[in-house]
Amino acid sequence: MSDPVLQVRDLSVRYGPVQAVRGVSLSAARGEVVGIVGESGCGKSTLASALIGLNPPSARATGQIAIEGRDLVAMTEAERRALRGDRVAMVFQDPMTAFNPVLTLGAQLVDFQHRAPLTKAEKRARAAAMLARVGLPDPELALTRYVHELSGGMRQRAAIAAALMMQPALLIADEPTTALDVTMEAQILHLLRELRRDHDGAIVIITHHLGVVGELCDRVYVMYAGQVVEEGTVDEIYHDPRHPYTAALISCDPAHIADRAEVLPTIPGRLPDLTDPPAGCAFAARCTLATQRCAEPPPRVVLSATHAALCHEVRP
Amino acid sequence: MSSVADAAVPPVARAASAGALWRLMSDPMGAGGAVIVVSFVLLALFAPWVAPYDPLKLDVLNKLQGPSLAHLAGTDQLGRDTLSRLIWGSRTALGISLTATGVAGAIGLVLGLIAGYGPRWLDGALVLVFDSLSSLPMILFALAVITVLGPGTTTLILVIVLVSIPGYARLIRAQTLTLKTADFVQAERSMGASVPRILGRHLLPNVVGPLVIVLSMDVPVVIMLEAGLSYLNLGVRPPTPSWGNILYDGYNSLRQQPTLVIAAGVPLVLSTIGFTFLGEGLRDALDPRLQVRPR
Repeated sequence: MSDPVLQVRDLSVRYGPVQAVRGVSLSAARGEVVGIVGESGCGKSTLASALIGLNPPSARATGQIAIEGRDLVAMTEAERRALRGDRVAMVFQDPMTAFNPVLTLGAQLVDFQHRAPLTKAEKRARAAAMLARVGLPDPELALTRYVHELSGGMRQRAAIAAALMMQPALLIADEPTTALDVTMEAQILHLLRELRRDHDGAIVIITHHLGVVGELCDRVYVMYAGQVVEEGTVDEIYHDPRHPYTAALISCDPAHIADRAEVLPTIPGRLPDLTDPPAGCAFAARCTLATQRCAEPPPRVVLSATHAALCHEVRP
Repeated sequence: MSSVADAAVPPVARAASAGALWRLMSDPMGAGGAVIVVSFVLLALFAPWVAPYDPLKLDVLNKLQGPSLAHLAGTDQLGRDTLSRLIWGSRTALGISLTATGVAGAIGLVLGLIAGYGPRWLDGALVLVFDSLSSLPMILFALAVITVLGPGTTTLILVIVLVSIPGYARLIRAQTLTLKTADFVQAERSMGASVPRILGRHLLPNVVGPLVIVLSMDVPVVIMLEAGLSYLNLGVRPPTPSWGNILYDGYNSLRQQPTLVIAAGVPLVLSTIGFTFLGEGLRDALDPRLQVRPR
């Protein structure tokens, strides 16, 4: 693998007493699609905004987020701003609210290219070309539209076009299909899969939806209570989940339940209190395999070159 | 667009749509207000051509006349034509009130955006300034400033601007506070937009609608204030015609000729009604939450 576009080392983000992200390390290489999965409240969204340096002012980040070798955490805000939209861009969950309601799509797509040394007409032409690229019918017309005049699928296509406008090295998609219905979701997944072929950069997809990960990603990081508890290729995670949380998550996915079930499986218990996370394994309280040892910090067990899990019970 | 798409339109989005003017004009009250306001503006702009006489020309032999064909609104105690003075007075009234509210609105807009989007300490400091400014009793503050700077149009505008900035700034600040955490602002930041760009290009068009409504509702207040201060001889200096000092002249000669007071009151009442109706109409046209009837 070539030099990674994104290299996160031991990243922690706190909001006051809440430790939302705890010691996360991950990487994404050029041409790779990396998924980050976890349930609500596991720190995925905090991680996503940290990757683009947009955490709220109350957040404190420590560790390293290197994008093309430059550390986002150590940078000044002005340097981060120069990176955003140019080398890193983001697709937001709800495309309805991600566009300014009082400006036309064209005005905003032109505006997004504010750093490019082009005339307005050239920027508009590029915007139209990008809209055509993401499969919007009649891009010229779409440029004159306000966001409320577009359908949900068109909006998300437009949002993806907006993020790709400056050809970023790293594209972050935070729950890109969650606000869409199933048919639209399939179309957007198809589009993302198509784009990854000619997008010369890394894509990080943050989702709670295992299906999205399976469809799109090369590698997966499973997050629980602010930590990466398991990482591996999609095959490794799906067919050989080693961490009990990953296994439980996969067995709870409705898509995996073949027979009609009276009661859908769930993981009993709830997330630990992140103002005072347990010293040992965060999942121990909900884990069926938990033993005395789990009160101590779990080791990172390396299972293969790409596969690792954070658990006492996992054997290489 | 279809009616289904219309139903999903958020409040702010409608505000910018081109149908607003049409909606304003199809509302009888709004249309009436707009017609009155436009007439006053035209009257003020073309005062030299519309006014039948020179508003300053004395004709003492014909002083304090009642309405006649020669002088439709009579003459004052110096024999000046009242109608001409009223028409020229609309220049004073509109000039002062539109300038003052415009300047105050612009300053309030900028300060409100800064307070709403800026760091917390700056917000705190600005809100403190707004609160202290609006804690001053308007007329007393006006009297104090006029005592220091001397009466005149500039002083009048300065007083009105200072007194009305806090209201506009607060309005804008409140809206900015709600919008600054909106997803589209985050999206804009994620594209590397600078703070001035976010404020000017993205927040401004979202917050300016309500300000326009409040401004048009405030114009009559300022017209009344100008007339009031001129009536007290603290505003526009005679002989420049102002509705306020015409009213004052009328008060002094009330026993000989009551038409003067009535004539000076009519434009005051009309312009107040006009701007208020326009403001109400604008509010209904720009704010879809108040729209009862389907489009």
